[in-house]
Order: sequence, then C-alpha cells, then structure tokens
Amino acid sequence: MDFQFSEEQSMLRDTLARYLADHYDFEARQAALRSPAGWRPACWKALAQELGLLGAAFPERFGGLGGGAIEHMIVMEQFGRHLVVEPYLSTVVLGGGALLHGSETLAANWLPAIIGGEATVAWAHGEPRSRYCLHDVATSATRGEGGWRLSGHKAVAVAAPWATHLVVSARTAGQRSDRAGISLFWIERNAPGVTLLEYPTVDGSRAADILLDNVFVPDSALLGAEGDALALIERLSDDAAVALCAEAGGAMSRMLADTVDYARQRKQFGVPIATFQVLQHRMADMYVQLEQTVALTQVAAMQAGADPAQRALAASAAKAQAGQAGKFVGQAAVQIHGGMGVTEELAVGHYFKRVTAIDLQFGSAEHHLRRYADLLYPAAA
Amino acid sequence: MNLDFSPQELQFRDEVRAWITEAFDPGLKALMARTKNGYLDKEGQVRWQKKLFERGWAAPNWPEEYGGPGWTPAQRYLFQAETAAAGCPTVSPMGLKMVAPVIMKYGSPEQKARFLPPILRSDIWWCQGYSEPNSGSDLASLQMRAERGRDQDGEHYVLNGSKIWTTHAQWADWMFCLVRTSRDARRQDGISFVLVDMRTPGITVAPLPTLDGPVAGQQEVNQVFFENVRVPVENRIGEEGLGWTYAKYLLEFERGGSYGPMLRQQLTKVARIAANEPGEDGGRLLDDPGFRRKLAELHVRAAALEASELRLFSSVASGTSIGAASSMLKLAGTETIQAISELAVEAAGPYALPFVQDGWAEQQGRPAGPQIGPDYAAPLAPRYFNYRKASIYAGSNEIQRNIIAKLVLGL
Repeated sequence: MDFQFSEEQSMLRDTLARYLADHYDFEARQAALRSPAGWRPACWKALAQELGLLGAAFPERFGGLGGGAIEHMIVMEQFGRHLVVEPYLSTVVLGGGALLHGSETLAANWLPAIIGGEATVAWAHGEPRSRYCLHDVATSATRGEGGWRLSGHKAVAVAAPWATHLVVSARTAGQRSDRAGISLFWIERNAPGVTLLEYPTVDGSRAADILLDNVFVPDSALLGAEGDALALIERLSDDAAVALCAEAGGAMSRMLADTVDYARQRKQFGVPIATFQVLQHRMADMYVQLEQTVALTQVAAMQAGADPAQRALAASAAKAQAGQAGKFVGQAAVQIHGGMGVTEELAVGHYFKRVTAIDLQFGSAEHHLRRYADLLYPAAA
Repeated sequence: MNLDFSPQELQFRDEVRAWITEAFDPGLKALMARTKNGYLDKEGQVRWQKKLFERGWAAPNWPEEYGGPGWTPAQRYLFQAETAAAGCPTVSPMGLKMVAPVIMKYGSPEQKARFLPPILRSDIWWCQGYSEPNSGSDLASLQMRAERGRDQDGEHYVLNGSKIWTTHAQWADWMFCLVRTSRDARRQDGISFVLVDMRTPGITVAPLPTLDGPVAGQQEVNQVFFENVRVPVENRIGEEGLGWTYAKYLLEFERGGSYGPMLRQQLTKVARIAANEPGEDGGRLLDDPGFRRKLAELHVRAAALEASELRLFSSVASGTSIGAASSMLKLAGTETIQAISELAVEAAGPYALPFVQDGWAEQQGRPAGPQIGPDYAAPLAPRYFNYRKASIYAGSNEIQRNIIAKLVLGL
C-alpha cells in the first residue's frame, strides 16, 4: 500500500503544471474557445511532442512510457486546474484505451499517432434515449461483405468536432437493451455516411450529435470481440469517470484557492469577509469535500486494474462524491465571490460550469449512487 | 502508488482473523450487541484489552521502544479493518491513545517508566480532565485553580474546581488534567498538564446520565469535583505553563483516530436490518429506492473517509500525528456515524420504540417479560441519541471548522 507518486509521476505533474502555467492562462483559453476552431491544435501538438504527455499512460511497445490510470489522473487533475479543453479524455483515456484493450493490430497502427498528437478521438457511445445506461444501444450494425453497415444516432459526443476518429458502439445482435450483442468500432470521422451536428457546450467545449447513415466499416475496425464489447465499454467508462473525478478535483482546488484569496481581499463592514465565521465554515466544508474527492479518486485510480466489481464500486463511489462535491464547492465558490461570481469576467464561474458539466458526463452522482447500491446489495429475486 | 498488500501483510491479516475468532468470545459479543455508546462495561473492556496486550497488539500506534508492535501503516490498517469488520470492541482511548503519546513526547524518564507499562497492560484506567462547566469550546478559558505549595512531603499543587463530561471517571484510577497555575500570563500560558491519582482525598465523581438512559454505575460521562486535592509536583508533565501545547498535541490524537472501517461495519448492520424489515410495498426495505439511495450515499461517505485515512496515515510513522488534517477526519467521521445511527432507527421502524432497561421489571414489581421486537432493535434509538455526542466531543465540529479555516486555509 503506497499513496506516494513515483519520481517519474511527480515529474510528469510538475512539467505539465509548469507548461500550463506558462501557456494556458485564462484569457488565452477564452480567446481559443471563441475562435472558429474552439480549441488550440498547436497546444495539443506541444503537449504530445514537447512534453511527451500523451504517451505517459501507454505501454512502451507502442511508444509510451508504461504508465496507466495514475498517469491519467495526474494529467486530468492538472487539466482541471487550468480548465483545459483539449481532448485528453476522449482521445487518450477512451480512444487510446479502446485501442489498447480492444485490438492489438489497431493499437499498433494508431496508438503511435495518438501519442504523437496526430490522431484525436471522440467517444460515440451514448444515444438520445440511453442516458447513462451503458447497454442501451439502438444503433445497428448489419453484416455485409467484408464488414458491417452502421446506422443510428449518437448523442453529445464531446470533442467530436476536433476528432480524426470515432469509437462507435453498435448492436451486431439482440434487442436494444440486451447486455449481449454490442460491438465497438474504430471509424474515421470523415467516413462516408457520418454526419456531425456540431455545437458548443455549456462549459465552453465543443461536441456533436453524430448521425450514422449506412456507414461501411471493415472487419478490421472491430475493437474487442463481436457482440461482446459491453465489458470493455464498462471498463472504459469507469476509467473515464475516474479521470473526470481527477479533473473535478483540480477544478475544485482552484475554486477553493480563488475563493480563499478573494475572501481575504474583499472588504465589507470595514473588514475582510474572510473574518466572518459563517464564510470560514463554508470554506472549511469546501476543503473537506475536495479532500474526500481527491482521496476517493486516488483509490479508484489504483483499482482501475482490479476485478470488475471492485473497480466499478471504487469508480462509482468516486464519481458520486465528485458530482456532489462539485456542486457544493462550485456553488459556494460563486456565492462567496458575490456578484462577481456570476460574471463572465472571473474564472470562478467557468470552473463552476466545468464541474457542472462533469457531473453530466459518464454518470451523474445520482446514477452512481444507484449503481453503487445495486453492486453492493443486489435486489431480492 | 498502489493498494496492494505484500504476502507478509496478507499473512498478517490471516493471523489477525484467526486471533479474532478466538479472542472475541461469546461473552464479549453479547456485550457488544447491547452497547449503546460503543463501550463495554469496565470488566468487559479490560478483559478485551488484556487479550490484546497478551498478543502484543494493545497499542498499534505506539513506537516499538515503548512496546508497540512495530507495524507498517498497512498492518495498522489491516488490523483496524479486520477488528472493525468482526464488530470487535475498540479500546478505551484515554490511556492508550490519548495520554500515552503525551507522556512519550513530553514526560520525564521516571514518568515514562511509571505510567507507560501499566497503560499498555490496561492495569490502570484513565479519564480526561479538560472541559469545565464554563469552558467548553473555549477550552483555554479553563479556571481550575492549582496553587503551588510545599509541606513535609514536598512540593505540590492544590486543586480546586470542577471538570465535566468526564468519560468513565467512575472507573478511573488516574486523570490527566489541565489546571491553571498562573493568572498573570496570557491565558494559554497559565495552563499546566498534571496527572491526578483519583484516590486522592477531595475528589467527588457525580454521574451525568446521557440521553441513552444508562443504568446506575454504567454512565458514560460525569462531573468531577475537586476540593483541596493535593497533587505532587512530580506528577506534572513537562514544564509549568506549557500545558496548552501538550493539550493540543493530545487532541490531534483524540481526533485523528480512524473511523472508516467501523463505519463500513455499521452500514453492513443497517443493511442487515433493512433486509429483514418490510418496505412500503410488501417487499424488503432494502429494496426501497429511497432507502437504498440513503444507504449508498452513506457508504460513499464512509468510503471517502476511509480513503482519506489511508492516504493520510499511510505516510505517517508510529507515534506521530497528522496535525490539522485530523480535524477533517473528526468532522467527516462523526457526522457520518451520526447519520448512520439515524438511518438505523429509520430502518427499525416502530420496534425502535421499546426501551426496557436491565432491572426495569424488577423495580416495577412485575414479572420479567419476553424480549420485545427483533433483537437488533433495542439499542438503536439510544445509540442514535448517544451519538449526538460525536459532533460535540473532542472539540465541537464547529471548532474543527475553525481549525481548518485557520490552520489549513490560513483564514
């Protein structure tokens, strides 16, 4: 049992923190979000090529540095501190994870491109009526010569407008809510029949609903076993949930620090508002919520490779905590900033938006509380 | 960074399990099933602690030089987790966990030799003399007078005043006590830390029955009155006037215990109750969505606390404290145990109402009746009432928030 980062992990964190402090200030971020592209591809390239960041979590045989979920956590925590929109979650955690665990051949072909910053990925799994249910897949994959034909509608695929590739789930057998019969495919974003309905999201990122109209996918694009992808989808969704918890932790730590600073400077009734006990206690509660989130996230990251039930419990506990804590810390941070907290001008409101968005991705706190109970106490037959 | 246990640690876990099977005997189990405040009676408590001592496990947090087992943080966690999962009693903390670290850090060689071995053996029972009727959260305002004097037996202090909320003072052989040795200095600087033999003439212990309705002699807290109580100067820890420093050091240990494994065990018990109780629609209460949500939320809070404890304690050596972070653990731990005790009452429903104390029928001149309701129900409401103490003791949770604001956030 060891809660310390290795020397390499500490270095990764420090290098990234320095880079983001130098290159990712709030004003530059806001300008990038307003630009037509909505992100900074040059920044992504620098993270890949100057920092070697995108390979930290992959095995050395693919050109990575041999890390895993802990490295994801370290990166996402820093991303949270700086409100980075660039698509680490969808490209590296989900896209890279799907390649790594889904197909040795596709991994050999595409992981180096991900690590090099050339390939970017979006996770196209959720559908308009699936909400957070991972086995509710209506998109169909019909067998044809040399491959499949995919048709369906994928909902709110974050970062899809920036992606070169999509990881798409589709049903190769069974009925809409069956656990069996789901397959996962590696698809080029520009493949014929793929239409993206692009839009900005509440937290300043970009996403798309994706319409698949008879899209041809060759046999070689299959990730995992045909009809048996749910276990992989569950695993990757847990990995993504834990990565988001780390991002939420980073965002909350910034909100707490900004709030403490603001309360020290802001004077009312002739004294800094930080001297008011009612605000001190609220900030103490913010600290407790943050610490609990960080601890559960670390435990969940360490359980990423555990047996599925244990991994799922740890991930759901962390995501439930992060969702609730994000609301508590975000709302309190805005409140203590007073009127300024509801303006676009200060960063704090944007952090609040981000933690709100995090709770809506890969299962809300309510979803994960329910899942936790179902895992621990299966309903009586 | 990993949560793995080494083969030696896993072997250790098996040893702990095997030992529990033998040591946590039916008599102790029966006492634990009935406890309303987490403690056994004195005889049961001492019997359990002596078993731990004989195995060498009475003081997991003590350094080896004083008789601690020399465990790694992982071993300390495994011991906690296994004993909590089995529902074992905890040790009475006042000696082993509270005054002992202060004696180790600030006591003289004579004091260490005199007190630490009998504490380890559970041969002496301790109580804590901190709060006074007019000094609760504002502990540094304490007024108990200690006048220094000299007679044919040597230098001594004469104590006058009163201490309150004194856990198990009626069983105590010794009290560690904060007294005012100077009124001239800044109020924190006028406090000294003394050890008082409870047999000294002039001490009176008066019970303060708490909401759980303790039977006579089993009360949890007391008020202790001091009238010209003579305490030899050699019973003072460290220097005169520096007691506040020692007192705060002790509080870090009092607050910094680990709650996580115990919370998980308590939640398992609540789930067992809910599996036995009917829900609204004729099914099990455990399958009621509203109840499940509450249970899951408390599980997550318990898991979060356990994760925080692992994270904080894994880097801490035996015999040291984690400083102000202990306030966070105290805050989260006590609020969660209170919420669990509340959910347990909700789970039990109407059969949480009967309250038949030992000896009640006899006192009323009635024949002894049968047990009423499920066997788990009787202690639940008293426990819920009793555990309101948790957010008040060891510095109220409002004080813990003050400490976090000041020492962690720098406000």
